[in-house]
Amino acid sequence: MSTVINVEGVSKQFKIHHGRHQSLKERMLHPKAGSTEIFNALADISFRVDTNETVGLIGHNGSGKSTLLKCICGVLQPTSGQIRLRGSLAALLELGAGFQTELSGRDNVYLYGAMLGFSRKKIDGIFDDVVAFSEIGQFIDTQVKFYSSGMYVRLAFAVAVNVDPDILVVDEVLAVGDERFQAKCIDRIRTFQDEGRSILLVTHNADQVRSICDRAIVLEHGVMIADGPTHDSLRIFREHLMESATVSDQSGLMSSINFDSVTTPTGSFEVRSGAGLHFDVNITSQTAYSGNFLMEIFTRGGLLVSRSDAKGSPVNLLPGRNCVGIDLPQIPLLDGIYDVNIGIVDPHGSNVIAWREQAASIQVTYDGREGGLVELGAAIRQQ
Amino acid sequence: MDDVVPAHVERRALEGVAFRTMSARASLFTRLRSLTSRRELLSSLITSDIRIKYKNSALGILWSMLTPGLFLAIYYVVFSVFLNNGYPNFALYLFSGMVVWNMFQTALQSATGVIVYRAGLVKKVAFPREILALANVGASVVYFFIQIGVLVLYLLLLGHAPQWSFLWILPIAFGALYFFTAALAVLTSAITVYMRDMEHFIVIILQLWFFMSPIVYSYEDSIAPRLHSHGVAWLYFLNPITLIILTFQRVFYVATTVLSTKPPHSVLHMLPTWPMSTYFYLNISLLGLMILLFLFAEVIFGRLERNFESEL
Repeated sequence: MSTVINVEGVSKQFKIHHGRHQSLKERMLHPKAGSTEIFNALADISFRVDTNETVGLIGHNGSGKSTLLKCICGVLQPTSGQIRLRGSLAALLELGAGFQTELSGRDNVYLYGAMLGFSRKKIDGIFDDVVAFSEIGQFIDTQVKFYSSGMYVRLAFAVAVNVDPDILVVDEVLAVGDERFQAKCIDRIRTFQDEGRSILLVTHNADQVRSICDRAIVLEHGVMIADGPTHDSLRIFREHLMESATVSDQSGLMSSINFDSVTTPTGSFEVRSGAGLHFDVNITSQTAYSGNFLMEIFTRGGLLVSRSDAKGSPVNLLPGRNCVGIDLPQIPLLDGIYDVNIGIVDPHGSNVIAWREQAASIQVTYDGREGGLVELGAAIRQQ
Repeated sequence: MDDVVPAHVERRALEGVAFRTMSARASLFTRLRSLTSRRELLSSLITSDIRIKYKNSALGILWSMLTPGLFLAIYYVVFSVFLNNGYPNFALYLFSGMVVWNMFQTALQSATGVIVYRAGLVKKVAFPREILALANVGASVVYFFIQIGVLVLYLLLLGHAPQWSFLWILPIAFGALYFFTAALAVLTSAITVYMRDMEHFIVIILQLWFFMSPIVYSYEDSIAPRLHSHGVAWLYFLNPITLIILTFQRVFYVATTVLSTKPPHSVLHMLPTWPMSTYFYLNISLLGLMILLFLFAEVIFGRLERNFESEL
């Protein structure tokens, strides 16, 4: 295992001009107009990415994800600190950013390849693969300005993944293209993983991070607040989301509802596969509130096993102590530890009022012969 | 995939690969090295520039000869027919100066706004940004050679022999022209990011510059005597384009002293009567200076580049 990306103490500051004039006349007339503010986009970020590692970079808008990615690709220079890379890098900060719409798809493949730093000879060698992957077919000699946005994106992605990079850096681009092409992209990313390449992926999509990444880094306001196994980082990310939502919550509703504890009648969270389990969720509320109750069960690997809610019957919280019961009549899961997240959302389901990640962990024991996640009780016999 | 195994082998070899630092303040040396390592990008950009420019026009790349040809015809009619300047073989005189000027002007006009126009690219893809300006210079070099080709055809048509003994100085003069154009293109492209007026400004400057260079008139025949009488002839030669144009004219137009075509057919001093060695020394020193200017432009570009992100 060797490090391919080494980020050491990277900070980035931007100068933001307020109302400064761009033309000479205006600047001469108003030499002092406007003010300049220093904005810290990244503060002392350090991490490494090894070969054969897929790292997700998460954070909400303006958290500095894209700035960090640009620094890594060399589009931006950090104000301090340094970034060192090993091996070839293909970056997809914006699909088709280098495309010249007046040129044909073929010309653009060569131009884009050259921009990513790959030789003409190399592009010659992969050209057919690029066309095949992009599914552009006969339109490869059509001017790019006549392409649909889907074709545009597919061609750009096809170039980047076919140039055989050691490191692939992808910024939120998997959100484009139709579902089938997205699946194809994810598939290619998995092939990359199997081949031991490194991938750095920026996304808003927690499910995508969970399913692709081994590790996740969480940025908030330019500060790295988590770097660890995906499910840990995602937990921290969600908790931070809730915290910042609570701070900005005008009604004060969010801080008035608290999950105190999750208990079981026996006090044990161990269960045999196929048996049932009952939880009591103890909630302290300072106001009366009626909303929906949500529960998620995840594997430790970050796979969502089940998401369920109160099914139309709202949970009515009264001021003081409340108790909500969750009944799982039968748990068909196989051996393992499963994490339970619980939350209360408003009746429309659009706002989370209270949330607790990993409120409980269930330990399931199973001694049957099935493998995988759930016991289906399949019977196989010759007829 | 078939290449899974070789890919693994390649991956393992990474352990021996040295780290490269993405974030170091690039010194002039590393800047130049990254420029030369991206030659393929430069040539791709030049080709795409030329293709895009003529893609949708019926006459295509013919325009790169037509436009200068039409301008040449206009100047010929104005100066030789209307104003009757009496220069013999004036079209050839014009042509030899205008090939130089056209390259300089085309490159500067297109390079000045290029970083701003391609902001989307500059902000999203990592490459030495001055390559965009240099690609415009490169495209104008291509047009330059096309025009030189036409000039040679014209010489053949006239049966006019160039000054063979001076011919070897041309590459030096061209080198000086290239580095001068490249230096200015790199500088103005970066300045435009901070001061968008530059684009409009450059049009005026180029117009003025054109008439300050001996293209449609002869320096020796017009203002040289007056400048000499005040001892400020050097002022005129502060314009690096002047020497380059004089050299091209000396090679292609050849004659330094001619007889006017209008009565009373007086003697005209068209070009300086310097010996070959003077042309050589002047051009080689100019080349040296222009290379230095280009390096200076690279350093300035490197400084200005740091804030592109917040200005674009």
